[in-house]
Amino acid sequence: MTNTPVGESPATPVLLATPGAPRRRALPSFQSNLLTAVAFAIAAVICATVEWWLLIYFDASLVLSGAELIVCRGVEIFLGLVGGTAAWYGILAVTRALSANRLAAGGAPSAGRVRAEDARDAMWFVVGLGLTALIVAFIAFLLGANHGALRTVMFDFGYMWRGHNALLHAFWLNLKIFAVTQVLVLAWALLVAVVRLLPGRACAPVRTLAIVYTDVFRGVPAIIVIYLVVLGFGLARVPGFDSMSKDNQIFWLAVLALTLVYGAYVSEVYRAGLESIHWSQAAAARSLGLSQWQTLRHVVVPQAVRRILPPLLNDAVALQKDTALTSIVGYVEVLGAAQLLKNKYFNLSPVFGAALFFLVITIPFTRFVDFLLKRDKQRTQGGS
Amino acid sequence: MSLLELRGVQKYFGADHVLKGIDLAIEEHEVICLIGPSGCGKSTLLRCVNALEPIQGGEIVLDGELVSGRGVDVNALRQEVGIVFQSFNLFPHKTVMQNITLGPIKVLKESKAEAKERARILLARIGLSEKANEYPDRLSGGQQQRVAIVRALAMQPRVLLLDEITSALDPELVSEVLNIVRQLAVEGMTMILATHEMNFAREVASRVCFLESGVIVEVGVPDQIFTAPKQARTAEFLERIIAAGRL
Repeated sequence: MTNTPVGESPATPVLLATPGAPRRRALPSFQSNLLTAVAFAIAAVICATVEWWLLIYFDASLVLSGAELIVCRGVEIFLGLVGGTAAWYGILAVTRALSANRLAAGGAPSAGRVRAEDARDAMWFVVGLGLTALIVAFIAFLLGANHGALRTVMFDFGYMWRGHNALLHAFWLNLKIFAVTQVLVLAWALLVAVVRLLPGRACAPVRTLAIVYTDVFRGVPAIIVIYLVVLGFGLARVPGFDSMSKDNQIFWLAVLALTLVYGAYVSEVYRAGLESIHWSQAAAARSLGLSQWQTLRHVVVPQAVRRILPPLLNDAVALQKDTALTSIVGYVEVLGAAQLLKNKYFNLSPVFGAALFFLVITIPFTRFVDFLLKRDKQRTQGGS
Repeated sequence: MSLLELRGVQKYFGADHVLKGIDLAIEEHEVICLIGPSGCGKSTLLRCVNALEPIQGGEIVLDGELVSGRGVDVNALRQEVGIVFQSFNLFPHKTVMQNITLGPIKVLKESKAEAKERARILLARIGLSEKANEYPDRLSGGQQQRVAIVRALAMQPRVLLLDEITSALDPELVSEVLNIVRQLAVEGMTMILATHEMNFAREVASRVCFLESGVIVEVGVPDQIFTAPKQARTAEFLERIIAAGRL
């Protein structure tokens, strides 16, 4: 068997002989996208018109003064520019498509293709800018509706400021519940996950117990668990909790309730993580003589935890927010405190203030974990 | 007395009869090469010797001690019998140094300093001293496999099992790994290799063992197996290997 020398005709085909005549497909030399460009331009102009109309309504409905007026005008000018730019790109798309057609007709199809690609780029800008302008203008429209009623009812910074001390104090309780619960959840959920993965018939009863636990507590709304555990344990004077002071009792019962709920979620996250570690890793560890426990401790769990950090963080953020649920059993954490203020001022702004507290914690927290993940990846993986 | 003895070893995966009565005695300092088509049971046999797979019949005896069946301390057995895998299986979350010292520290209860010192010496021998603090994923396949061999050696096993250790490597990286095995053979390490590297098997093996469908078809010194196989099936297998340009 030898290869065909260059220039000679090849051997009678066996593998290359396919039924039906071979078909050569030519690349299209040029396709006009003028119609699409026109459509995008019309869409851009409509977008900009609607957006400006929304902004004009927004402006007319608000009675503003001082700093608020300046901020408002700033936003309006910015949005006006964004909408205008979208419309401008629409026109650009059309002119580029036209010039692409001219080039193609003039015997320069490849130059035409380049210009057509430019036209498509402009269309994407129409989409990006136009949608953004429209959505933000709609939000502004809502804020301005009914002469800025939403602003007065929910976003009054005066009320927020007056309540900030009480809110800050109460938010400290949320953080305390969160911190204690999170630590307990991480340990408890790992235990549940490991129990669920225990092999052998002997462990079937505990395995079943773990399965029932996760099913039940993932299936019941957290708010009901909190209600039942905190009020129920309190009323039943359950030993251990009964000797505590009222404040302590409600704190620890809330921690217990949230641990039960989040333990069920997080144990499933752990389980997914543990199962995602390829068995060959465990085999390698066992082959060195490490015991089952040592293999979990030094090889499987560390890798699983690294892998599930994003979902763990997700659940941590959710837990941090759900600490506000304890307000339904009369616990004066930040939402409870905000409700008291709301009743006092007859204004919802303190509740919005409470929401801001959560944001101040969760957003930097998320970014920080992202940073940790990225660093770990760079350290352990090749390339970069 | 042989160092390692397999007597009528049977292995089933469900209804699959993978090893059908394997008898093999391995003397100290011997290098046994297992050859045979994929799926013939080479890897399974090695995994059984290391007790990573339980056997369903027969027995395995190491230095006069029964090491198969119920009640055997597999963790103790694995200190005597090391294994290196086709896919390296280094721990990606640990540095090269930590990979090597994990076993000695946790299982042999060596002090950290002691384990590190020995790891450093071993790394220097294979020319990877400067990689001690790197993570495995930043190493080439050949480097990873060399580290995996050193990780097994750090446990100071009496028998080393090598499961197709060059099959996952780019061709140009194979020799750096085989050189280490060659050196180990010279130094008298008792080894069982499952391999597709026929030339290498011919060079280092004390005996070559041809497996097919879970049965040992033929055992013999390399020259006899490769030049004058007694069994027709061995000859057929080797012909196919030659046709593939691997011998």
